[in-house]
Amino acid sequence: MSVSEGLRATITRAKRNDLIFVGLGIAALLFAASTFVALFLDMVGDGMSRLNPGFFTEFASRRAERAGILAAWVGTFAVMIVTALVAVPIGVASGIYLEEYAPKNKMTALIEININNLAGVPSIVYGLLALGLFVHTFGLGASVQTAGLTLALLILPVVIVATREAIRAVPGSIREAAYALGATRWQMVSDHVLPYSMPGILTGVIIGLSRAIGETAPIVTIGAVTFIAFLPPAPVTSSPPFLNFDWLSSPFTAMPIQIFNWTSRPEEAFQANASAAALVLVVMTLLMNAIAIWLRYRLRRNLNW
Amino acid sequence: MNDEQKKPDPSTLEKKAAALALNFFYGQKQALKNINLPIYDRKVTALIGPSGCGKSTFLRCFNRMHDLYPGTRYEGQIRLYPDDVNLLDKAVDPIEVRMRLSMVFQKPNPFPKSIFENVAYGLRIRGEKRRSVLMDKVEEALKNAALWNEVKDRLDELATTLSGGQQQRLCIARSLASEPELLLFDEPTSALDPIATASIEELIHQLREKITILIVTHNMQQAARVSDFTAYMYLGDLIEFGWTDDVFFRPKEKQTEDYITGRFG
Repeated sequence: MSVSEGLRATITRAKRNDLIFVGLGIAALLFAASTFVALFLDMVGDGMSRLNPGFFTEFASRRAERAGILAAWVGTFAVMIVTALVAVPIGVASGIYLEEYAPKNKMTALIEININNLAGVPSIVYGLLALGLFVHTFGLGASVQTAGLTLALLILPVVIVATREAIRAVPGSIREAAYALGATRWQMVSDHVLPYSMPGILTGVIIGLSRAIGETAPIVTIGAVTFIAFLPPAPVTSSPPFLNFDWLSSPFTAMPIQIFNWTSRPEEAFQANASAAALVLVVMTLLMNAIAIWLRYRLRRNLNW
Repeated sequence: MNDEQKKPDPSTLEKKAAALALNFFYGQKQALKNINLPIYDRKVTALIGPSGCGKSTFLRCFNRMHDLYPGTRYEGQIRLYPDDVNLLDKAVDPIEVRMRLSMVFQKPNPFPKSIFENVAYGLRIRGEKRRSVLMDKVEEALKNAALWNEVKDRLDELATTLSGGQQQRLCIARSLASEPELLLFDEPTSALDPIATASIEELIHQLREKITILIVTHNMQQAARVSDFTAYMYLGDLIEFGWTDDVFFRPKEKQTEDYITGRFG
């Protein structure tokens, strides 16, 4: 019934180290969080005064107080639609193929390594590729479709990796259960693996899109305009055939470009515009992440294996 | 089952399936060595033996589960009667085999879908779309799996909300819904508590009136309780096969006796 003093001292020391780590951890966390909060508050302070309805419904202007982000947010929105429509099917299909169908050999391993490498390629390189391939070779111009395709390429690795991670989280016992009932591989994938991994895939897609939404370099490289006073044609028309795809080949500008453009102006008033637009962009990104978290929470509730 | 009248000469019984000179390989490693084993119609056959003896490997040959993984190879035959087809024949589609033979796994593995959809899945992939037919067959399967009374008012609830024992009976119902010719159980109670285990064993008792069952178990008492025939395997060899009470009370092989009496394994 006696504990040596030495042992007590050891326990005290071990507990102190524990506390030290907790302190360090909280400090690191506060540093990261407070940096973001400071930036955000600074943006709010500079830009809040410009955030009125007119800011969203006006085109850019030479007069700072009349300039708005209409062309920029519509352009960003249109580009994101193209990006998602291209990146999601290709990325998800690639992920499914690699995880469920591809034979485990050297070729597959090589492809896997390269997909992970692609995720680390600087975005300007994608811009250069797009300039050569989409703009010059295919003649798609500095348009919504070019930007959408470029950003789709950029986030493809993110979507593929997220899809694979999500698919891998589906237990093998579920696959065997489906096979044992006589399912083919595609029935197993489409009836089980895909629905059950949807939360993870959607999360990956949204995180990819929230990266793409802020990308500036590749869009500048392909030659997006910095000043534009018209919107892409509407995708729906009142006369048959009711659908219009001219918006795809329309010139455009995007939020990051608008922000960059205003920041580089000397007048004080444009700096406020830049802050306001940046605030809008950050809120858009945060909203997308919030949707990702909510979706994951909603859809994963059912999956407790 | 000690009644001698209940134990006719096995050769007079009708066979549902038979392994003939079956060898199985994982890559270079031979996991099953020249297995010859009859499976009698509407009887329960238990496979027992220490871990790694190949009993699960043997069971998984029947519905060609090994085909899903690279580097596996069968030699010999598993014949299914009465149409006398070799299930391992390259010309026989494993999907077709799995539609004829059902399997229940070690750990309950319901799909994270509704109770109804779990049981109906086998019928759906067979192309059944009529709601009324699905409803009838799901009800029948759940009744046969002794689960109907517990779930009849909550068929739309998620299967994963059921208890472990209920989940396993649901998996049995899922297997029964497509009216398999042979039911394979791979240690179906190893993840369950004693009460749930008793309910599954009771169910196996009822099922054997209707269907042929092959069950792998590492629980010898379970084999003694539920089976008509027992096969003892060791390191990929079939050591002894016979009526369960013969194997348990009058084993012919010293090795079987040592395992049964707990001297090793």
